[in-house]
Amino acid sequence: MSDNNVRKVAINTTINGQEMDILVDPYVSLLETLREVVGMTGTKEGCNDGNCGACTINIDGRIVDSCLVLGVEAEGKNIETVEGMATPDGLHPLQQAFLEEAALQCGICTPGFLVSAKALLDNEPKPSEERIRHWLAGNLCRCTGYDKIVKAVKKASD
Amino acid sequence: MVSKVKKSEYKVIGTRPIRHDGYDKVTGRAQYGADIKLPGMIYGAVLRSPHAHAKIKNIDTSKAENMNGVFAVMTAKDLPRLTDKQRGNSEESGSEKHLSENVMALDKVLYKGHVVAAVSANDVNTAREAIKKIIVDYEVLKPVINVDQAMDKDAPILHEDFIGDHLGKKVKNTNIATYNRYKIGNVDDAFKKCDLVVEKEVELQTVHQGYIEPHSGTAIWDEDDRVKVWTSTQGSFTNRDSVSKVLSLDVSRVKVTPMEIGGGFGGKIPVYLEPIAAVLSKKSRRPVQLVMSRTDVFDASGPAPGGKVIVKIGVDKNGKMLAGYADIRLEAGGYPEAFIEAAAKCVFSCYNIPSMDIEAYDVLVNKPSSAPYRAPGSPQVAFATETVVDEICKKLDMDLIDFRLLNVAEKGTRTALGPKYRKIGLKEVLEAAKKSDHWNSKLEKKSGNGKVRGRGIASGYWFNIGEKSAVNLSLNMDGTVILTEGSTDIGGSRASIAMQAAEVLGINAESVRPSVVDTDSIGHTDVTGGSRTTYATGYAAYKAAHMLIDEITSKAAKIWDISEDDIKYKDGIISSRTDSELNMTLREFADQNPFGPVVSSASVDLEEAAGGFGTHIVDLEIDPETGKTDVIRYTVLQDVGKAIHPSYVEGQLQGGATQGIGWALNEEYFMSDDGKMLNSSYLDYRMPIALDLPMIETVLIEVPSEDHPFGVRGVGETPICPPVPAISNAVNDAIGTRILSTPIKASKILNTLKSM
Amino acid sequence: MIKVFLPYKTRKLFDLPVEIDAEGNNLRNLIEFLDIKYPGLKQELVDDEKLKPTISAVIDGRTTRLGLIQKLDKVSEIHFLPSIAGG
Ligand code: FES
Ligand code: FES
Repeated sequence: MSDNNVRKVAINTTINGQEMDILVDPYVSLLETLREVVGMTGTKEGCNDGNCGACTINIDGRIVDSCLVLGVEAEGKNIETVEGMATPDGLHPLQQAFLEEAALQCGICTPGFLVSAKALLDNEPKPSEERIRHWLAGNLCRCTGYDKIVKAVKKASD
Repeated sequence: MVSKVKKSEYKVIGTRPIRHDGYDKVTGRAQYGADIKLPGMIYGAVLRSPHAHAKIKNIDTSKAENMNGVFAVMTAKDLPRLTDKQRGNSEESGSEKHLSENVMALDKVLYKGHVVAAVSANDVNTAREAIKKIIVDYEVLKPVINVDQAMDKDAPILHEDFIGDHLGKKVKNTNIATYNRYKIGNVDDAFKKCDLVVEKEVELQTVHQGYIEPHSGTAIWDEDDRVKVWTSTQGSFTNRDSVSKVLSLDVSRVKVTPMEIGGGFGGKIPVYLEPIAAVLSKKSRRPVQLVMSRTDVFDASGPAPGGKVIVKIGVDKNGKMLAGYADIRLEAGGYPEAFIEAAAKCVFSCYNIPSMDIEAYDVLVNKPSSAPYRAPGSPQVAFATETVVDEICKKLDMDLIDFRLLNVAEKGTRTALGPKYRKIGLKEVLEAAKKSDHWNSKLEKKSGNGKVRGRGIASGYWFNIGEKSAVNLSLNMDGTVILTEGSTDIGGSRASIAMQAAEVLGINAESVRPSVVDTDSIGHTDVTGGSRTTYATGYAAYKAAHMLIDEITSKAAKIWDISEDDIKYKDGIISSRTDSELNMTLREFADQNPFGPVVSSASVDLEEAAGGFGTHIVDLEIDPETGKTDVIRYTVLQDVGKAIHPSYVEGQLQGGATQGIGWALNEEYFMSDDGKMLNSSYLDYRMPIALDLPMIETVLIEVPSEDHPFGVRGVGETPICPPVPAISNAVNDAIGTRILSTPIKASKILNTLKSM
Repeated sequence: MIKVFLPYKTRKLFDLPVEIDAEGNNLRNLIEFLDIKYPGLKQELVDDEKLKPTISAVIDGRTTRLGLIQKLDKVSEIHFLPSIAGG
């Protein structure tokens, strides 16, 4: 900020397998860091207060709302975002299932749901419908009524 | 006119291909409103009124202007002053002056969150710090926050200079922007002939569309006085019109590039930030981006009108409806337009009633200027009507579906506003409901765990606007087709439009590549709203595809040197009718065609089409200990005309029903007495989450529309109309009493149970 | 003869019945016809030689997009209604 003398902080972090050094203001969120500093806009902002899940990312194997974490907290961490899900061989099975099941309408919630759902399937390959609904309770979708999202996660787990 | 494709021959329509834009959307590559980053771009922030109703005495921006990192500061004085002239119809109505003052208040703020000033700075945090340094001197006034307060004879007046229209009379010093009435038949006499008359009053709190992507606006005002806008909007041309009006520029000086849109439901038709970004850009000589916070979205965009509705219906002893009366009072917010005409059109839309009288009031209150929300006006009135219908059935001991079928609206039925229906499918919907598994399954009234259960049913309607759309096609050398269109895609409409072109061309959906382009690159296309996109832009695609075939035919005839009449085009194969040797695929043709690129361009300006009707069935379980209500089964039945891509049609039905469930059970603007929304976050404004819901079953009924070559009807809006009354009726079924105000939340249920 | 239904408020202002008969080969002429019969009526429907943006004309169940140049061939009913904003 221009009116005071807060200095940017250098951090070293790994995003989708790529280690990088970045400079961040100590007061900005990790969400803002990803979007404005690193230039990765796949992670979305819906509320900036931890209540919609559009900004969900995975830090060291745990899903977090990146709007609630500071950019400087990424130091030494392993971060995964939606941009890291597909590989040169193609889409992640969840991404493919979301397309086939029409699990997105506007798509703004989709990155958050994909990252959340991937964390679920990474740990529990065969979740029940109830379990999926429970796990995804932190991700808001205003378009779909969740039906096709739940079905897509189920399909990807089969 | 071009010939129709026979139904039995559909190859693409009715299938479920992967949507063309899907890959970008599951990989995070798709760019939404806030994702656009321009070289040299700086950021803006706005100062919003902390008061719901106040006069602006003075604004001192000097401290902000002098702050390091600040480029420019603006107030409403930087906008041209506009007149009361009425703007176009059916998309965004109201006067130009109101449009401008809703973007930025001039001398009065009319709701908490109303923008009073804006700043651009080299980063967003600096801009936010700078707006805190702007000093506004307000004279705080008493707010009115609901229709009763606003219509009180001693109410504070929102617009001292505004002239209301009360049945054509010009009225000053009123908060009733419009009072209108619709009357057919002799209603008083008809009510006298009734054996049973039931009247109910319902009350609705304000709700929000709740789209997950907040509003944004990014703009450049260049030295040639041309403004380029990037935004997330339901209509790039409507946005262009609004921006050009607010800035007093010719439309041709404004170019709007639509970004992907993260939900709208009607709420992304108005402009908020785009004109501000443009003015800040002019002053800063940089591209400027502004993005709303979630609290801003709740405080100052949307919402859907709350209000009060009274419905009275009279029937004879056999249950035949003879007369209907409605009194509709909806909150417009700070500026007129609460969709009362639509509400009047919808209130008795499901029934054949010979005599109807409807009074409707568009009421100004100190809340954000209301925006359309999925079938604006219709859910509010459906709540009242379907409650009355439910009650009549109870009183007459008639079956809930048989009663509706006895009085069903169908082709030729005269509507409340006067015109008669063309072909509609409510009867088919009700018959399907009667046969449905859900309706025929038995619901145990008591669950083992002390909870009580109830079932409810309700119908709803929304019409289907037509209007303008344009589509361009061009044939690639590899035989595929590029389709460009202007309808921003909120829920898979690129796919449903491309599929209609593919059907005509006889090629698969993947072979038509659709893109949504900017306002310089396509003919005028009206908003993605009013359930019009698949219908009207799809119609333009249908026309353009036929024109492309004409082009192909004439060029193929030249290649083979035969007459055009001898050319046959079918399933992407061009052949001679008389010479079996002569045939080629589209790809072969495209590859060897020496007669210039094969392109076509078509536009439509369609009339309103006969609309869509739906009936919903819901089973609820209520915990009498806590008042918590769970939806345990839900079925949506709707006449969809013809489902082009059934998955996305189902998605509309499921999503609309879910929004309606939220409206019924949880969602509300919880207001303080001084007019502030106290729950302006997703934590406190409780929208349905995955855990709240069962699977939403859908039954697509296809009664083709007479107005579209494939029989398409708009489907997006109707599904939000039945849930509120269906749930309220189910609550009555479960606990034996009606709760006639939304939301029917746990505390209300608990209080009702206690007082019983 | 074409049956014309005017908005309730226009009916009240001009003290007209629910249905009135009128003629005209297009919407412009029909409105001129009405204006001769009921002076001042045109002003309620037309502004700047265009159908007012706040008014729509429904001709045998279809809302015209053509405004005053809409031809009226074999038409039996015209409803003038407040135009409806949608979502
Ligand atoms: S933006 Fe982080 S939870 Fe909504
Ligand atoms: S698809 Fe729009 S919010 Fe989920």
